[in-house]
Amino acid sequence: MISWRRVSVTYGPDTIVGPVDIEVADGEWVALIGPNGAGKSTLIKAAVDVVPHAGQVSLGGKERRPGIDIAWMPQRPQLPDEMGVGDYVLLGRTPHLGYLAAEGKHDVETMRSALDKLDLTHFARRPLRTLSGGEAQRAVLARALAQEAPVLLLDEPTAGLDVGHAVDVLEVVDELRRQEGLTVVIAAHDLTLAARFADRLILISRGEVVADGSPGEVLTKDTLTAHYGADIRVLEDPDGPVVVPVRRST
Amino acid sequence: MSAPAAPIEARPAKAGWLAIAVGVAAVVIAALVGSVVGAAGLDPASVVKALLDSLPGVSIESGLSQAETAILFEIRLPRIVLGALVGAVLAVSGTAYQGVFRNPLADPYLLGVAAGAGLGATLGFALVGGSGWIAPLAFAGGLGAVAVTYVLGRSVGGRSPTSLILAGVAVAAFATAVQTYILQQNVETLREVYSWILGRLTTVGWGEVIELLPYAVIASVILVKARRLLDVLALGDDEAKAIGVDVGRVRAVVVVTATLATAAAVSVSGLIGFVGIIVPHTVRLLFGWSYRVIVPLSILFGAAFLMLADVAARTLISPAELPIGVVTAFFGAPFFLLVLRTMRGPA
Repeated sequence: MISWRRVSVTYGPDTIVGPVDIEVADGEWVALIGPNGAGKSTLIKAAVDVVPHAGQVSLGGKERRPGIDIAWMPQRPQLPDEMGVGDYVLLGRTPHLGYLAAEGKHDVETMRSALDKLDLTHFARRPLRTLSGGEAQRAVLARALAQEAPVLLLDEPTAGLDVGHAVDVLEVVDELRRQEGLTVVIAAHDLTLAARFADRLILISRGEVVADGSPGEVLTKDTLTAHYGADIRVLEDPDGPVVVPVRRST
Repeated sequence: MSAPAAPIEARPAKAGWLAIAVGVAAVVIAALVGSVVGAAGLDPASVVKALLDSLPGVSIESGLSQAETAILFEIRLPRIVLGALVGAVLAVSGTAYQGVFRNPLADPYLLGVAAGAGLGATLGFALVGGSGWIAPLAFAGGLGAVAVTYVLGRSVGGRSPTSLILAGVAVAAFATAVQTYILQQNVETLREVYSWILGRLTTVGWGEVIELLPYAVIASVILVKARRLLDVLALGDDEAKAIGVDVGRVRAVVVVTATLATAAAVSVSGLIGFVGIIVPHTVRLLFGWSYRVIVPLSILFGAAFLMLADVAARTLISPAELPIGVVTAFFGAPFFLLVLRTMRGPA
């Protein structure tokens, strides 16, 4: 279980986030939703300690070990142009290695299996710059997977992808979650897509949790209209709620 | 998954045997050329025999006279070995700086080592006068300048690499201004200082080699060991941190290592430019992107490059000598452009 306890982030005199309490059970898939600037990414970054924060993010009540317990897929990952896909994925083994140590057999095997799971084996020697958007997202996921961390934090993993590739990426994440028993926390803008995959949605607005529950409970016309500042209609579909924007003036 | 694609085994990047063999061959050939070419006109076959003879367990009659043997072992070889050490240090330090600052134009002189060493050497020439003081003063000047750069950079911009580089520019400008002032006051030393600034591999026996050797060996070992971390830093500070790397600590260790070695090299050879940029980039274009490849190969090709540059410096206008810094810039820069042009595919 990963939990955020009284986590807050301040910038100068302004509190951007929090204090926030969130608990995510092992094997659960939770989507953080909310308008731009609500603090979704900030909460995720706090969990991997790349933004200074107050409060605690812990794993089953214990201190996190950087990189070993949590794998993070940033919103805009740095993909060094000329780095090979295989080498990039192998960097995911870093938390398990001493500073001056080289990778061993097990690390290389983990890299190969991560490439295989994301269907990237035949890209292994290609430089990152030659990948398409969807392939690049898979490479970043493969690197996160190579960390063999029980918790995956994905910051808008489908940003910039068309609907087909977006579904592909999320299906892969779901498959990995089942196979490896991972806990998944994702920051998402596409509410319909988030509702399709996540067990639970947490709506963040102005740095605070304002709704928390199943997709059906959180995605209601009133809640969304209030926090997104747009007129929104929610349709019922057998697979879950569908969020539809409505023009302001007709 | 059962993709029927060609079975490409994913393997970590490393300097392959072929690349290492080419590098070692370059070092050996450059060393041989360096020992054969020179004013004394030693017979190449005899030189090779004499070198083999000096190996433990080998005994060959070289046919060199006692004077010729002395020229080879007391004059030429120390200079060749010094060239190899300085070249290796400058090239591997350049590689390290480019890695930690994620800046392809970073070079070993980036943080003010060159200007500080220049100021130290100028003080040595102008005020102390004794040539024995030049190297220690240059070493102290180089390290002092980097220390000031580091303190200044930290005080303005925390751990940001940009503020460190800008502080380096400011410190270098200040050191150069002081140096120019001292030169103005002591015009008679201008020629000596100028020749030192352009770089020179003059040796008196094996003394300089022995001074530089420990720095070169320790820096090479540490940087080769840290080569994987330089690839990690390419992910940016945040992502590197999220996979468990203390970025500030890695940067500090690598910078201190490269700087100590550079200062030691500069103190015995003066300022030899471009090696730290040309060699790593040429290696990168020829053998691959990863620092796992570039760090070890930079050591070999840096050594070979500077030994050959020294041959050119000694022979092109013989019996006079060109400053080796002029040679590295004059031949290195066009060569680098040539490699850049031929290797760059469509971006």
